[in-house]
Amino acid sequence: MTTFAPGTFKPKPGRGSLAKMLFVHARTEAVLTLRNGEQILLTVLIPLALLVALSVMPVIPMPEPRAGSAAARIFALAIISSAFTGQAIALGFDRRYGVLKRLAASALPRWLLVSGRVCGALVVAVLQIALLAVTALVLGWRFPLSGLPWLALLIVLGTLTFGALGVLLGGALRAEIVLALANIIWFVLLLVGGVALSASVGFVHLLPSAALAEAMEAAVVHGTAPGVGPVAVLVAWGVVAGAVATRTTRLT
Amino acid sequence: MSRGRDSPTPFHRVRENEVPTQLSAGGPDRIGSPDVSPNPQPAVEVSGLVKRYGSKTAVDGLDLVQQPGTVLALLGPNGAGKTSTVEICEGFRQADGGSVRVLGLAPGSEELRPRIGVMPQGGGGYPGIRAEEMLNLVAACAADPLDPRWLIDVLGLGGAARIPYKRLSGGQQQRLSLACALIGRPELVFLDEPTAGMDPQARRLVWDLVAALRDDGVTVLLTTHLMDEAETLADEVVIIDQGRVVAQGSPAELTANRPDDQQLRFRARPGLDTSLLSAALPEGLKVREVTRGQYVVEGMIDPQVVSTVTSWCAQQGVLAEELTVARRSLEDVFLDLTGRELRS
Repeated sequence: MTTFAPGTFKPKPGRGSLAKMLFVHARTEAVLTLRNGEQILLTVLIPLALLVALSVMPVIPMPEPRAGSAAARIFALAIISSAFTGQAIALGFDRRYGVLKRLAASALPRWLLVSGRVCGALVVAVLQIALLAVTALVLGWRFPLSGLPWLALLIVLGTLTFGALGVLLGGALRAEIVLALANIIWFVLLLVGGVALSASVGFVHLLPSAALAEAMEAAVVHGTAPGVGPVAVLVAWGVVAGAVATRTTRLT
Repeated sequence: MSRGRDSPTPFHRVRENEVPTQLSAGGPDRIGSPDVSPNPQPAVEVSGLVKRYGSKTAVDGLDLVQQPGTVLALLGPNGAGKTSTVEICEGFRQADGGSVRVLGLAPGSEELRPRIGVMPQGGGGYPGIRAEEMLNLVAACAADPLDPRWLIDVLGLGGAARIPYKRLSGGQQQRLSLACALIGRPELVFLDEPTAGMDPQARRLVWDLVAALRDDGVTVLLTTHLMDEAETLADEVVIIDQGRVVAQGSPAELTANRPDDQQLRFRARPGLDTSLLSAALPEGLKVREVTRGQYVVEGMIDPQVVSTVTSWCAQQGVLAEELTVARRSLEDVFLDLTGRELRS
């Protein structure tokens, strides 16, 4: 004799609607990122502070128009922050807490598990860029509207490429190591990866960070399509990272 | 020292060199072949399962058949291969040999996953997610889920509904994980150590839930190393050790008495000379002081034996207290089969 009415747990299995699953999963991912104080610091506050610094402090070398160049670089940095560093750290700890296993055990199809995360990351990236763009406009950035579709494309491409790199890092190593490495790499890319300062040496152009910053510059300063070179660099990094990550990512 | 490892046991015990009959007939091609028994399709069918980690063989030719609507407990010491077996059934690990069918389907397939509920060992959730959000997320994956709010309350998580996962206690995380396993109204549930880290009240609740699931026709496969849990919940207990099935049957079958395999226990002054008592008793009965002041007479216990023991004690001027004639507990069976030594 149990305390539950007969029939309470009568089986009635079935998979929910794909659209609803995707929506709820993506919303969960985005909300968790936006609720996390450290993530906000990394993805919003630091880029915002750097945007102001690059725009108004003449001691930092920056091509003219200054505010536009600063906006391009910080947009790139914001995407690196959330899609790479933020994603890697979140994934490292999500694995630690067993959520991937938990979700892999539900009716959520595997492809949706990835898509939900990607959509969540895109929502965060769009919100970041929107906030930074408003700030940049206030600081004197003049956005040529012809660059808007390219900006949108670069948000998606940058999020996918750096997201794949983030998953590569966060999906294989221990959470603490991920945390340390993701922050160190972020800092290195910012300083010498062609983000804050223009790439000086040739090979830096082959880094995804420099590629994204250069492509952003074309879109948000000149309103033109990004060059083939930077786009090819981004795609190549993304494809390779994604292919390797599918082999190395572990659920726990 | 294991007491009965090489003595005959009253139930079917799988001999180590016995070739399981299903092994030769195993494999997916067997499903639906004309010579299958008239039984319905098993809910879980494992044959000749092998899982290795490096040089260590965790699961070593394990066979298991679970009928729909039953509760089966995989019972074994730590490291016996319980979790490896269950995680292969859930689709989390790949088998190195043998075949596994769950509801007639391949483990982990997209077709199967909506039909089963899984409670992984230690639970699982986003570190920052609130308990209710986690359950809502899993509920969104099901066509016709139970009411998450109701299930949260049933599992005593009402007060913790808005607490982030990482700040929940181990027992609360376990209960949330159980809720996630049940929310989609599955027809088969895998519960890996479902009551680990729970307080006695929560354990009772889980037992009650498992009983309700069974009454409603849900198949439950659980792992445990708790004897009372297996004895209370399971229709069928499968004892595994070192990756093999060492015994299986209903709790009653496993603990069934043979006439010459009973125990008379009593408590008296420590240090009685058991050889004197042994001499007073019929041939074939063994007397031991198992712990200080706790005496056990093993063998065929009849009224004459009880009388002899009490009168012998009277002669010694001691009172035999708490005198009981007991059947073997599942714990005795388990320890006989898996040894009494501590495992690292």
